[in-house]
Amino acid sequence: MDLILEGTKKAFWLLFSFDPEVLNILLLSLRVSATATLISLLIGITGGVAIALYRFRGRAVVVSLINTGMGLPPVVVGLFVTIFLWRNGPLGFLGILYTPMAIIIAQAVIATPIVMGITLAAIQHLPEKLRLQILALGATRTQMVWILIKEAKLPLLAAVMAGFGGVISEVGASMMVGGNIKGYTRVLTTATVMETSRGNFDMAIALGIILLLFAYFINLILTQIQQREGLR
Amino acid sequence: MDEGWRARMDRMGSVPILEIRKLKVKKGAVTILNVPSFQIEEGEILSLIGPNGSGKTTLLQTLFFLLNPFQGEVFFRGKKVGLDYPVLDYRRKLALVFQEPLLFDTSVFNNVASGLKIRGIKREEIERRVEENLKRFGIEHLRDRFSKTLSGGEAQRVSLARAFAIQPDLLLLDEPFASLDPPTRESLIEDFASILQQTRTTVILATHDRLEALRLSHRLAVIKDGEILQTGPPEEVVNRPIDEWVASFVGTETILKGRVIRKEGGTFLVSVEGHEIEVVGEAMLGERVILCIRPETVTLSISTAKETTSARNLFIGRIEGIQPMGFYQKVQLYCGFPLVAYVTRPSMENLSLKVGKEVWASFKATSIHVIRQKEREKPIE
Amino acid sequence: MRTQLCGLFIFLFLFGGALEGSTGSRSLLLATTTSTQDSGLLDVLIPIFEKKTGYFVKTIAVGSGQAIAMGKKGEVDVLLVHAPAAEERLMEEGYGVHRRRVMHNDYGIVGPFEDPAKIKGMKLATEAFKKIAFVRALFLSRGDHSGTHLKEREIWRATGINPEGEKWYQQTGLGMGQTLSITHEKRGYALSDRATYLALRKNLRLTLLVEGDPFLLNIYHVIEVNPAKWPKVNAKGARAFADFLVSKEVQDLIKTFGVDQFGSPLFFPDAKKKEEEFGK
Repeated sequence: MDLILEGTKKAFWLLFSFDPEVLNILLLSLRVSATATLISLLIGITGGVAIALYRFRGRAVVVSLINTGMGLPPVVVGLFVTIFLWRNGPLGFLGILYTPMAIIIAQAVIATPIVMGITLAAIQHLPEKLRLQILALGATRTQMVWILIKEAKLPLLAAVMAGFGGVISEVGASMMVGGNIKGYTRVLTTATVMETSRGNFDMAIALGIILLLFAYFINLILTQIQQREGLR
Repeated sequence: MDEGWRARMDRMGSVPILEIRKLKVKKGAVTILNVPSFQIEEGEILSLIGPNGSGKTTLLQTLFFLLNPFQGEVFFRGKKVGLDYPVLDYRRKLALVFQEPLLFDTSVFNNVASGLKIRGIKREEIERRVEENLKRFGIEHLRDRFSKTLSGGEAQRVSLARAFAIQPDLLLLDEPFASLDPPTRESLIEDFASILQQTRTTVILATHDRLEALRLSHRLAVIKDGEILQTGPPEEVVNRPIDEWVASFVGTETILKGRVIRKEGGTFLVSVEGHEIEVVGEAMLGERVILCIRPETVTLSISTAKETTSARNLFIGRIEGIQPMGFYQKVQLYCGFPLVAYVTRPSMENLSLKVGKEVWASFKATSIHVIRQKEREKPIE
Repeated sequence: MRTQLCGLFIFLFLFGGALEGSTGSRSLLLATTTSTQDSGLLDVLIPIFEKKTGYFVKTIAVGSGQAIAMGKKGEVDVLLVHAPAAEERLMEEGYGVHRRRVMHNDYGIVGPFEDPAKIKGMKLATEAFKKIAFVRALFLSRGDHSGTHLKEREIWRATGINPEGEKWYQQTGLGMGQTLSITHEKRGYALSDRATYLALRKNLRLTLLVEGDPFLLNIYHVIEVNPAKWPKVNAKGARAFADFLVSKEVQDLIKTFGVDQFGSPLFFPDAKKKEEEFGK
């Protein structure tokens, strides 16, 4: 128990003394996960809306795939991304394995099905005739999609939080494709694992607490936006 | 009142605002809508009536080009939509109101403004038009309320205000009052009727409630199984239905089949179940006809004094059933053939009518509508 | 409008920063073991190397098995490992070139102060292990095919005893630091490399009971991945790094590393030594 206390103290000490290595790790974690989440939003929301609105052959298969994708084990994603990105793999020429870019890609792959699945359900949940009403008001297809997205703001913000939460806390894939290289691809989660395996439990707890703290703040902001729009 | 808009309306020529040719919609192998030809004039209020599933919604949505694909052509002010007239521009001249209000999760003001925002209209103009329509529908006090907090009637008013704010050339309504409770409906229909009068909007109103249709429209169109059976002014359709299905749909309670047995200048006698009914009109001897007698035209009395009535058709019958129907009672008689009369409450009490009682029923020869063979496709059996 | 612009800027900052992606031929991929990295030696040596040569070294710390596997697949440029049998196989198969000795450290058997198996001061690791097995004292193994684990297995093989499945023999599957932690908690015995033990000593109530047996030596080699097999490897960089490790300057650094902190060095430089000479 006092280990947790020790860890908490250390966490605040590290933050307020602007310990450079920890700050570096923190900023990298935030940057990488935020970028991955943004990518997943772009692909996930457009994909989710498209599939929700249009009937096409094999739609049921696609929806099942997305739902399966929502539960993809991150470690498996990491493995596959590694195989694609390593030197002798199909995308090896890009030379991005063991770089932050690789982590972003792996995290985007993890988050996208989550965002897409929730978006799909959110749009399908809107009244069926709403789409017709919007078109009947003279909207172009783009305008209609935009209005539908606004109508589904509440669940879509939940999707953002789910996507971000899923990747900021991810460790298996980040470790595999990033390599946990000091000052370069070391993020909060991989650093925590490393410190734990070294036996530096207080440091590990400190990093864990920092991660929780920042994840909480970001979700606080997002929740504010979500609840403010929804309730009014 | 927007004078500019009215002036624009007045300037339009006498080309029908909307014309439909050879419209067909199929669902799989089944044709669910088949309208060979149809027209609507500027300023007309047309009610499209028919039972559930008859194709009203299909027709309205097809006119909005929301149901693709379909066969046939739609002409807006003489120009073919899709060819000379882009679909989006055409849609923006129309407004469609559904049975459910389908409002957006925002304030009433923003809802009413939504059609205008979509058209990219300037903010001052939006303000003006929204205020105008909030006032028109009596909902200014709801301006900043959120749509989720509105009652059914209030929400539907917002939906209508939203449609009117667009200043549509043609307004389509798909059973807009169907899910409201009676007092709300009444009040809303009242207001709506007077608004239509003021704005002289061209309207197509789909409904399964014939009373609503009768109240609001210049013209009635009866639709069944995707086909328009009859169209014309309300009195015409109601009093002179083209066949017995339409007759029963528009509220003719008594429909009798008989054969013409005698002809005299201007009138003829029809034998129905052995009884003779006199009818004013034209028919051929021996012809099989259908007689439609509207229940409002049947008078009941207890005395047989022939002087009290100028009706040539006088029959004695027994009351088989009495059903309350709001303002009046529906009395079902059997006088050798079934006959239905509407009787007001005071009359009920005066005559102390009850089931089993014998009464005299009379109706004028002039108030019977005859359906003859040539007006329908199927032969009268 | 303004919020959208804000969002765009944030996006660019995030995305732009993270785009420092591929670094091309100035980057060098080094695979080494977790215990090597945990010792902190590389944290000292690599910045010197980078400054000197301009290469950007990416250190991937994994188990010996994985490191060698990565070398075999040409996914890294140079290896710094301590698993002799596996290394020899790698060389035989032609995947490695210029295998050079860099340094050694040693393992020791650590255990609780009370030393129930009474192995303190024994000279031979095999005898100590036999004793532990005999009294069925709790023994924690890393069980993860790391260099340490393989060494431990080698010793057991030499004793002729197979501890697998015995109740007193527990495999953690974890890193050295964690395994030591568990050993401390459970008051058991374990085989540990000197470096990790020294680094964690102050937090653990574990004593170094048996050391000095030549069998307990842990020898580090640097191996360059063969560019003939894998043309994409950064052969020049690998050569530069290997040369760096065996250079006099670095060997001297290795000799003094850890003395300030732990009182004794963690590693013993070996580059100049001949095959027979190693031991002290």
